[in-house]
Amino acid sequence: MQYLCLIYHAEDVGPQPGGPDFPAFMQAYQTFTQEVVEKDMLVSGNALQPVATATTVSRETGKVEITDGPFAETKEQLGGYYLLECKDLDEALVYAAKIPSAEHGRIEVRPVVVWDD
Amino acid sequence: MLPPFQLEQTINRIVREEWGRLLSALVASLGDLQLAEDVLQDAVETALVDWNRNGLPRSPASWLLQVARRKAIDRFRRDTHFRRLVPDITYLTELERSDDGPETVEEIPDKRLELIFTCCHPALDDKSRIALTLRTLGGLTTEEIARCFLDRPGTMAQRLVRAKQKIALAGIAYEVPSGERLNERLPVVLAVLYLIFNEGYSATSGKEAIRRELSDEAIRLARMTAYLLPAEPEVNGLLALMLLHDSRRATRQLGDGTLVPLEAQNRSAWSRPRIDAAVALLKSTLRQQRVGPYQLQAAISALHAEARHWEDTDWRQIAALYDLLYSLQPTPVVRVNQAVAISHADSPVAALNVIDTLADIPKIESYQPYHAARADILSRAGRRAEARESYDRAIDMAGNEAERHLLITRRDEL
Repeated sequence: MQYLCLIYHAEDVGPQPGGPDFPAFMQAYQTFTQEVVEKDMLVSGNALQPVATATTVSRETGKVEITDGPFAETKEQLGGYYLLECKDLDEALVYAAKIPSAEHGRIEVRPVVVWDD
Repeated sequence: MLPPFQLEQTINRIVREEWGRLLSALVASLGDLQLAEDVLQDAVETALVDWNRNGLPRSPASWLLQVARRKAIDRFRRDTHFRRLVPDITYLTELERSDDGPETVEEIPDKRLELIFTCCHPALDDKSRIALTLRTLGGLTTEEIARCFLDRPGTMAQRLVRAKQKIALAGIAYEVPSGERLNERLPVVLAVLYLIFNEGYSATSGKEAIRRELSDEAIRLARMTAYLLPAEPEVNGLLALMLLHDSRRATRQLGDGTLVPLEAQNRSAWSRPRIDAAVALLKSTLRQQRVGPYQLQAAISALHAEARHWEDTDWRQIAALYDLLYSLQPTPVVRVNQAVAISHADSPVAALNVIDTLADIPKIESYQPYHAARADILSRAGRRAEARESYDRAIDMAGNEAERHLLITRRDEL
């Protein structure tokens, strides 16, 4: 099964680019990514640009409406994701907990729908 | 042949006793909880008709399992959706073909432990864990569970369906976690069992008969878990703790719901067989020398149970056990109980020093047992004005009428 691990954290919390602890933080991400690659679990994964770059689009009113900013104004924002191939939820939770940002944020784990043929 | 009413009762009893075992065996071969429940329910309905016509089979449990398996095979042949869920029924059809005589119950693969770990998975919310455990392993009906929680049956049915869907869609495995994960997950299972017990024991709501049934069910489930996990002493610790609480069931509350404190309970009405069973179990468990929070709480409860009079209570040992418990579980509730023990073992003044270490903890002001215990200790230390103040707070925050009443009585005796 595939599980999407959504990485949520407050952007001003945790290691910041240019900060003294940032290189170690990036190294931890590299180590994690390497582990899931070696175990043949990584389907994909990316970090996202800060939420200030987000744009939200909708056609709910019948025409395309574009607004600046994220869909939900919350303190914790989506900062990146991993899509992992796992045996079951327990395995997905073990790896989600290893994502370095889990230390100062939260990882939401969502199973991916398998479509009927 | 049994008359229809008696037959229905017999079937209900068999279903209740064997439900968890049969359901877990079906889940293991079908891989889907909802399907397993559906075919087992179908089999029970078939039994009502068949047993009425042909009499009780030699092994009713095996009969139900075989019919349920056949129902699953029928569905598989009919239903493409089912076929996708259970990609391989070779196992089932082989079982069907080899079905010469009835298996005995003991031959049915026992997968209840796998199932209880699934039902108590931390990815499910608390209430769903409890409801699902009662439904799948306790064999309680949705209506019975709804009554326990004072929910509408429809609401409870929805909760159960959602939980089963999450298990299926999120890929929660049917397995006993191994190694380190067992250490993480066993406490969740034990917490669910203890919550079921307390739901039946505490006086917050509901009818006595239903509550009694819940406590009995929790004890039954703990026995089952202890039998299936003999290497884990905390399971027996919890079982002993439940039996000890349960031994005081008849004396802890008056007919009108008023709570009777331990010191005022009629000890001769405590259930000796329950106490003896619990103490024997605890002794053999403690011998394994892998002590944990439930074993310690049971040991404390056993010391109370073995004191013939309140005055005979071995407070020194109890205080020492709370000390140990606090080192494993440094929570305000343990601290409060430790202070109460010290107030009797040593002095109320010594106890105040212990309980007042909690004063800096955030939110302690809104923790009712803190105020109730502090009020009692203060009053025995002769600090009546402060005691009255603490009683007032504890009374304001009392969880139910019975407790409120008890605290008001004590305050007014100051």
